[in-house]
Amino acid sequence: MTDEYEHYEAVVVGAGPGGAAAAAKLADEGIETLVVERGVDAGAKNVSGGLIYAEESAPYTIDDLFPGFREEAAERPITEYYIQNIAGEMVKEYDLTSLHEHDTEWSDAVLRRRMDSWLADRVHECTRETGGGLLTGIRANGLLREDGEIVGVTCDEIDPIRADLIVAADGVNSELARDAGLMDWEEPEEWFQGVKATVDMPDVDDRFGIGPEEGVAHLFSGDLFEGVRGGGFLYTNTDSLSIGAVFHLDSLVEEQAEPHELLDALLTHPLLAQWLGEEYNEVEYSAKLVPDSKKVAHTSPHEGRLVLVGDAAGQMQAQGPIIKGMNHAVTAGALAAEAFATAKRRDNPGSAGERYERKLKESGTMSKLRPKRYERMRPVGEREGTTDAVDRLLASPVGRIGIKAMDTVGLVERLYSSPFMSMSIPDTQTPYVTLPAIIAEELGSPVRDRSTIDPPSLEERIGDLTYDTDVGNPHIRLRDDSVEASGAAVSACPVSATGFGGGCYREETIQTNGTTKQVVSLDTQPCVECGTCAVVADTEWEHPRGDKGVEFKQG
Amino acid sequence: MSIHSIVLTKGVPDFREGQVSFDEDGHLERGKTPTVMNPNDEHALHAALQTKVRHGGRVSVMSMGPPGYGDVLKEAMKSVYADDLYLLSDRELAASDTWATAITLATGLEKLGVPDLVFAGFKTADGETGHTGPQTCWALDLPMITHVISLDVDEEERTVRAQRLVEGDVEEVETVETELPAFVVADPEFEASYRTAGEQLALKDLHEQTTERAREHEQHLTTWDHADLNLDPDYIGLDGSPTIVSSVDPIPKPPAEREATMVDPTDERGMSEVFEEMQPLAAGGD
Ligand SMILES: Cc1cc2nc3c(=O)[nH]c(=O)nc-3n(C[C@H](O)[C@H](O)[C@H](O)COP(=O)(O)OP(=O)(O)OC[C@H]3O[C@@H](n4cnc5c(N)ncnc54)[C@H](O)[C@@H]3O)c2cc1C
Ligand SMILES: Cc1cc2nc3c(=O)[nH]c(=O)nc-3n(C[C@H](O)[C@H](O)[C@H](O)COP(=O)(O)OP(=O)(O)OC[C@H]3O[C@@H](n4cnc5c(N)ncnc54)[C@H](O)[C@@H]3O)c2cc1C
Ligand code: SF4
Repeated sequence: MTDEYEHYEAVVVGAGPGGAAAAAKLADEGIETLVVERGVDAGAKNVSGGLIYAEESAPYTIDDLFPGFREEAAERPITEYYIQNIAGEMVKEYDLTSLHEHDTEWSDAVLRRRMDSWLADRVHECTRETGGGLLTGIRANGLLREDGEIVGVTCDEIDPIRADLIVAADGVNSELARDAGLMDWEEPEEWFQGVKATVDMPDVDDRFGIGPEEGVAHLFSGDLFEGVRGGGFLYTNTDSLSIGAVFHLDSLVEEQAEPHELLDALLTHPLLAQWLGEEYNEVEYSAKLVPDSKKVAHTSPHEGRLVLVGDAAGQMQAQGPIIKGMNHAVTAGALAAEAFATAKRRDNPGSAGERYERKLKESGTMSKLRPKRYERMRPVGEREGTTDAVDRLLASPVGRIGIKAMDTVGLVERLYSSPFMSMSIPDTQTPYVTLPAIIAEELGSPVRDRSTIDPPSLEERIGDLTYDTDVGNPHIRLRDDSVEASGAAVSACPVSATGFGGGCYREETIQTNGTTKQVVSLDTQPCVECGTCAVVADTEWEHPRGDKGVEFKQG
Repeated sequence: MSIHSIVLTKGVPDFREGQVSFDEDGHLERGKTPTVMNPNDEHALHAALQTKVRHGGRVSVMSMGPPGYGDVLKEAMKSVYADDLYLLSDRELAASDTWATAITLATGLEKLGVPDLVFAGFKTADGETGHTGPQTCWALDLPMITHVISLDVDEEERTVRAQRLVEGDVEEVETVETELPAFVVADPEFEASYRTAGEQLALKDLHEQTTERAREHEQHLTTWDHADLNLDPDYIGLDGSPTIVSSVDPIPKPPAEREATMVDPTDERGMSEVFEEMQPLAAGGD
């Protein structure tokens, strides 16, 4: 019987921006709310680039729900925004500040450990008043069902909890969304993989020529990632930099590229020498899967008492070079809470899911996540024939002349800055690699600096991370250890590499009855819980139990 | 309803490596070795904390010892969010054996008003007799459960039901029940469990309240001397201790079972002999 279990009106799983927003709004409505977070501290498991946006058109922003957020939890406002088109050592910079400012009330750089743990303290305070509260170190491991209906969650550390509303805000690798059958981990083309280095820099102001209330973002595209589709970023924090890249997972797998090496290609590009100088002190290496809302944002993210918010529902918008996940998670979390509050007032708590879905549509959130323009362009734009033709045309003398001509009247920069253009950019080689490279070749100038920095090896990066390993209880199991089924993880896993024995995945030769066989083996000890292998290998994938596994200090 | 628990704890030399200090003759140098809470008492404290988290109420901690034990009590306050601290401290109490210690502790408990539950640890890291708990219990004439590994209190029925190791054996567990007030000796195998969100939240509340309180623990510390306890000096301290330690003999080190030859690793010949000796072992022999 499940009757004897503890009951809360609402249980929120995950204390990222989505869960925090949902909980704050629920508490504000006087709803008894329990939040469970698996990290030792909120933020200990989370990674973002991270620029958090407050959109003018959004029904909720983080500072609406958490006054003082910008002053106390964020790093710097981002006031300048550039894209660097790169071909070898040729670089062409465009100022995209206007794109960045489109529909933007403000945008701040954040580090997730600091941000999320600040949010969690506020959330605990307000939810405690409702009779609930926030607990860290607790992992939800599934949905509690009664006669086939979802009635709560089950956890590793505590007894099952019943609730009238279950908010799955458990991020991109949501186990609850998968338990409910609402999301899967099947197609690499639906996901990005983000990798990032946080770099210590006590004198950010001097190096970037900015004041304490100013900040810079640089985006990088072109040929610096060995043909892998993806873009790089550099954001200024208070006294550090966030430098990283977001790659299309299918492209990463196709090219058998090593994410940490691609990150190094960016870090050691001569263009970055002007900012990084000679002393390079990397304080953290991190990685996480990122959903592509254009493809996976669930249009009806609920099932019975369960609602999905944020990355768990695929609500992560890659708007051209701009990445917007945190803000949408906040909006969705608050909308879900609002929906439940209304449903409860109407004595029909079961209608919360439907109401939430409607609110996502009516607020315009869903059309940002799944832009109609993209859906219309996709069949044409992403056809192989089209891509080839466009790429050839661009690379031809005619295309090159065209780009030059467009640039003289400022058209290229204007096109880049167009929010409508950037929403409908197809996921092909063209916008990520071909076009930026040609722009750089035709219009750029060579970088004069030389990079002298030597980023840490993968082994050193793993060594610098903090882990609390759940010895003897690996959270990922290989279902099929054949190279065909799971070999892709050896290079795609951000903490594994071909020929490197200290990572999670490696290829091994085994002898059985005189014949030798190549198999894939897995050791989850250095795992950063990014989720990549759940998609590219054949695994039974779970998060470690509460408090266990990797602990990010920066995020 | 709520439950009042008192935990008895003692300060002991910190025997951990790097902390403890011995003189040339192998005698403990108390002056150079910091005093810490007896490690086994941690389990008694956690048993009391679990009771408070589940049933509400109060946890007091009591110790007999020199004024320096105040820090030990502060540690106890921090680790289990104790509400108030009692130190029985007096020159007249010095050199008490377990008997006199028990009489003194029992008197302190009676002065405070016998609580619902008294908790003691299994053994101390220095005296190691394991007598003090049971003797104190005897002096108070309470029902006693020793070697407790888990416990549940029924507030309505005013009973405590505990699982205990039979004869301290990890394999054999029995469940016993008795009325409150009762005396519980927590076994080192005791594990507190907080299986509901409500309990975990209560624990978090306690943590928040106590961080502040532990900083000014002295405000929550009451010190009593023998006069406060109305104890006759003839029955406490050295004079009240029937135990006579006639002499203390160092335990001789057991002789090495095998002979050892020391080889300097830079001595090539010596080392090659070592390798030769080891060869049969490497080949799988004995
Ligand atoms: C490299 C990189 C760069 C990015 N850049 C940006 C950017 O610049 N701007 C932007 O807006 N977004 C960016 N994103 C995306 C952004 O980080 C996410 O969209 C955002 O964090 C989603 O928020 P969320 O609350 O849905 O999930 P998360 O922030 O992932 O939070 C989920 C929470 O749930 C917890 N959890 C998970 N499973 C369980 C469980 N079973 N039980 C209990 N707790 C659980 C986790 O520990 C975590 O705290 C980037 C992502 C990456 C990887
Ligand atoms: C070698 C040696 C010689 C000694 N000689 C003498 C002597 O000549 N004369 C003499 O009178 N005493 C002497 N003592 C001191 C005394 O016998 C004990 O230290 C003291 O009574 C506690 O006993 P214990 O350490 O065995 O504790 P245990 O009985 O092992 O302790 C069990 C539990 O009782 C409780 N407890 C024990 N002591 C206290 C306390 N002080 N305050 C609060 N709770 C407590 C704790 O919960 C503890 O976990 C001597 C001790 C040693 C080690
Ligand atoms: S083992 Fe899987 S989840 Fe862990 S870091 Fe590697 S790819 Fe990511």
